[in-house]
Order: sequence, then C-alpha cells, then structure tokens
Amino acid sequence: MIYTENLTFSFNETTHFSFPNIKNNESQALLITGNSGKGKTTLLHLLGGLLRPKSGTISIQDTNISSLSEKELDRFRGKNIGLVLQQSHFVASLNVLENVVLASWLATGKKATEKAKTLLKELDLEDQMYKLPSNLSVGQQQRVSIARALINQPKLLLADEPTSSLDDENAAKVADLLAHLSKEYKASLIIVTHDQRLKDKFSNQLNLN
Amino acid sequence: MIAKLAWKNLWFKPLNTVLSLVLLTASVAIISLLILLQEQFEKQFSSNIDGVDLVLGAQGSPLQLILSSVYQVDAPTGNIDYKEAEVWMKHPFVDTAIPLAFGDNYRGFKIVGTTPDYIKKYTATISEGKVFEKNFEVVIGSEIAKKLNIKLGDKFFGTHGDAEEGHVHEEYAYVVVGIASPTGKVIDNLILCTVESVWEMHSGHDHGGEAHSEDENPPHGEEGHIHVEGDEHDHEHVHDENCNHDHDHEVSENPAHGEEGHVHEEGDEHDHEHDEAKEITAVLVKFKNKMGIISWPRMIAQNTKMQAALPAIEINRLFSLFGIGLQALQYLAYGIMLISGISIFIALYNRLKERKYEFALLRVSGASRIQMLGLVLFESLLLCVVGFFFGTLFGRLALVMISSTTDKQFKMAFNPMTIIWEKEGILFLVTIFVGVLAAVIPAVKAYRLNISKTLANA
Repeated sequence: MIYTENLTFSFNETTHFSFPNIKNNESQALLITGNSGKGKTTLLHLLGGLLRPKSGTISIQDTNISSLSEKELDRFRGKNIGLVLQQSHFVASLNVLENVVLASWLATGKKATEKAKTLLKELDLEDQMYKLPSNLSVGQQQRVSIARALINQPKLLLADEPTSSLDDENAAKVADLLAHLSKEYKASLIIVTHDQRLKDKFSNQLNLN
Repeated sequence: MIAKLAWKNLWFKPLNTVLSLVLLTASVAIISLLILLQEQFEKQFSSNIDGVDLVLGAQGSPLQLILSSVYQVDAPTGNIDYKEAEVWMKHPFVDTAIPLAFGDNYRGFKIVGTTPDYIKKYTATISEGKVFEKNFEVVIGSEIAKKLNIKLGDKFFGTHGDAEEGHVHEEYAYVVVGIASPTGKVIDNLILCTVESVWEMHSGHDHGGEAHSEDENPPHGEEGHIHVEGDEHDHEHVHDENCNHDHDHEVSENPAHGEEGHVHEEGDEHDHEHDEAKEITAVLVKFKNKMGIISWPRMIAQNTKMQAALPAIEINRLFSLFGIGLQALQYLAYGIMLISGISIFIALYNRLKERKYEFALLRVSGASRIQMLGLVLFESLLLCVVGFFFGTLFGRLALVMISSTTDKQFKMAFNPMTIIWEKEGILFLVTIFVGVLAAVIPAVKAYRLNISKTLANA
C-alpha cells in the first residue's frame, strides 16, 4: 500500500509541481493520466524513489522513503518497487533469464532462477528465455520487463506508459498481465499513461490536469 | 554476479575487447621478455666472471678479449707467448692463474687447453671418469655429453678453428676421460684438455707443407686455418719473420692473425732464438692481493706486448651498451601499454553512452552507486589481468624461441620458467594501474548517473 501527502517537486524555479495526495492499496490498480508536461513521469519517479520530493512524504508499507539514505533507498527500491518503463531496457549482454535473475540478485543477493523461470513461463516467454533481449519483439520485451519488475514480489508496481509503443493486441495483453499479476503478487499497481486503451480498462483514475 | 556481468559485457563487444587485449598482451609480453632476458643475461654473464679478476691476453679490444676468453663467444684477440705470460702467472699477487689455449673445435664445441683449475673455477666437479692428465685426454662439459651423446672412452678428432667445417686434425684423436657436472655456465659447453695437447696438435703437422698446400686450406682468414709462419702465401698480414730472423720474435707483433689468432707453433721452420715459443690465448687471473686489479693493467700495457682486461669493467660496459637498446625497447613497450590503456578508456567510455540505460536499470533494480563504479572498474581490471596473463605467457614463449637460437649460436640458453617476482610484480602493478586509470572517468560517470533523467529522456 502506498500513500502520499502534499507532494511537491521542482526542477528549477520556473517548473514547479504540486501533486494531489495519492492512496492506493495492495492488489489495487490506479491509473494516473494527464497531458504531457503535467509531471506524470516525475510523479512516478518520485514514487519509485528515483527522485527526491521538494516537500511532502511518500509512504510505502509504512516506510517513509524520503527519510531513507541513498544506500537504504537503493536497497528498498530493489526489494519493494517494481518498475516497467515505456521502452524496455536490458543488460544487452545477458539473456532474458539472466536479466530477470540479475534483478533478484541485485535486490536480495540471491539468484531466484527457478522463480524467474516460472514467471517467464507465466508470461508466455518460455521459448525466449535463453535469447538476448535485443532479439525479442517489442511486446515480448515489455513482458520481460514485467517479469523483471515482479521477480522480487514488490509491494509497489509502477508502470510508465507501458503500452504506448505496442499494437492493440500486445497493449491489451500487457494491460491484462499487469492487472492480473499485481493482484496475484498482492502489489499495489500505479500506471502513468495517456493511452486511451488503458483508460478503458482501469476505472480507478487520477487526472493531473 | 558482478564478475559475470563484467565478463559478459566484455565479450558483448568482442572487437573492442580483443583490440585492448592484444595491445595489452603485446606490451606485457615485450616487457616481461626484456625483464627475463636482461636478468638472465646479466646473471649468466656475472656468474661466469666469478673468480676472474683479470684476463691476460693479446692486445686488441679488451671487450673482445673478455668475450672470447671468459664467455667463449667472440674470436680471440690473438695469442701471447707462454714464457712471457708465465712471468706474470707466477707473480706473488696471483692466487690462481689459469692458462687457456684455443685452437680446435669438435662439432662446434670449442676444445680448450687449460689446467684442472679451470674446472674448479666454475665450481664444476667431474661427475664421471677423471680429470684430464695426459695429452689428448679430454673432459667434456655436461651439455655436450647430453647433446652429442658422448660417453667415457669415446674418441674424436678436432676440427681446426671454431667453425664446424674445416680442417680436421686426423693425426691425433682426443679421448674422453671425464664428464663435468652441470653448472649452467660456459664450461658446460666446452671440451677441456691440457695446454700441451693443443700445442702438440698444432706442432705436429705441416712440416713439409704437404698438408697445407694452397688448395687444401682455402678459407684463409675467416676460418683461421692452421698454417705455419713462413708458409709462403701472400696474406694481408705479411709476417716478417722470414727476413728478420735476428730480432726477438714476439707474437704480439702480429696480433690480428686472421679472425682466429689460433694457437700454432712458431718457429717450425725458422731458427728463432727461442726454438719452442709456446703460445697460449689468454690467462684468467685471480688475485691474492687485490692491488693487482688496479696496478696490473697499466704495468702490463707498459712493459709487455700483452694487455690485461678487467672482466667486471668490460661486462659493465657491455651491459650499459646493451642497456640502451633494452631501455628503448622497454619505452616502446610502455608506450604500447599506454595506447592499450587509451583503447580501454575509449571502449569503456563509448560503451557507457550505450549502457547508461542499462546502468539506470540496474540502479532501479536495487544496485548501489558503488556497485556501478565497481562494475566498470572490474571490467577494466579483468581485461588487464587477462592481458597480463597472456602477456607473460607470450613473453615466455618468445624467450623459448630466442633461447633456442642463442643456444645454437652462442651456447647460451635462457630459462623461461623462472619468475622474477620483483620486476614482474612491478609490471603487474603498472598494468593494474593502467586499468584503473583507464576506468576512472567512465566509472565515476557510472557512479554519478542520474537515473531519473536517464529514464525520463528515454
């Protein structure tokens, strides 16, 4: 579960954001929408601990992440937050399975190879496990990033425009998987998007405009 | 996992990696080869002059005298009169004086007339048989016994000069009576006999000139074949013994006798004042009183037609001459190492641009800044360690090849299996330092990567 209070952020003196309070329980999905330049991605990065807010608090599972040190935040992020991005990035030299396992190792120090395999099977990527990520289609890549985001069973699953580069079929598949898996793993799902296809699927929405 | 990641990353761009690795390997190979060569070369040279304070020989280049008499690698400067040398050999300053008389070889191995002291000087012992006593009895070095498979009691004929092909002395056969123990010094590749054997060998022939008709000894000069003064060839060095019989004949008057300056009998056909002018090639002197080292070179130069050369000084001179070349090569090798460092730097730096999303992603997955720094450093160091490993390996392979050549030509072999910890340790540290230096900027950039910005701009 995640909630924020009086969150503000500024890049410089002219761009200033203040965000509405957010509360999202586990297994619940929240869609944050809004036009470009309204700070959607910034909010997501704040929630993910990639940026520090100017003021306000962010609590994930009763941990105020603004109070964590840099190192603690790295560890917290690895363990509790899963991130799916608009474009999937991978360690280009590692294969799909290794990429997912790497995420488990970085967060916990243990290699959850079996779990990664199960997860990849669940995402219909069984035949792609030993390929390099660059050899996969965009839709497949996006599913690998979901697997990677979920490998550590995070409390919070964040997705930044996860469907914008996908065709309708793949977008639907990804949206379903996100909704389905966040429930299964009891993660709180927050999706930042302006994709109409997603707006039709998720009812719980917050508009930044 | 970081190690695996680094390893996989290196081989993800194999050409970059191979380029850096080849450069590193080349530089490390050259430097380690030079280290091994220099160290062993100096050791071999130094160990051979142990117990030789001064060398007495014919006038000429002192370095040549040392090289020929101590190391057996150059042609002798000429011969000296044994009687004249004997005066100095019996000088009260002298502890031991070992005469050397060169003349022949057997299949490329020099036959040296000397005294048993020579064996002692090299701290060799007779491992089989006994020491030479009578004429034409020989003790052979351990290497020769191994290479030519010679056993006690074997007989062979010597060939004149120091080239394998040449006039064969078929008048007398040498008999192997002893085999010396291995020492790792020049004695391992020598055949030793009494000085008298050499005299006898060369006095016994060419009286009537029938063995030495013009066509029988064509290679006059390079080969330094046997001839007797007064054989009437027209050499470039015309001896004046024939016309000047009345003066005191001294050998050093005709120092550069062909290339060889071999031992031969003077006065075979002339009536000199001394009818048996025995000659030797050099005397290795060890002093009781070290004053001799300082005083003898001048005394001998002023009072005799001989020269006294100090091996320690000549070898130092040789090393310093040699050192310039080695130094230049070493600079070159370090230059290559610098280039390989730059190559690693460029590879890492360029890759960083491509990999910044990868790094951002790793950070998102819970990797700390320090781990990112470590990853980049580790990649560079891995490259350097692998390069160092291959470098030392190839350096040694090169040494094996060089060694087989020098062994054939100079009877000097190098051992590729030794490790010179101190110098090679320094080389390792330098290699690591290059690796760290090349990685510093990319590593710091990875460390300071702004994840949010990187991902937002994706």
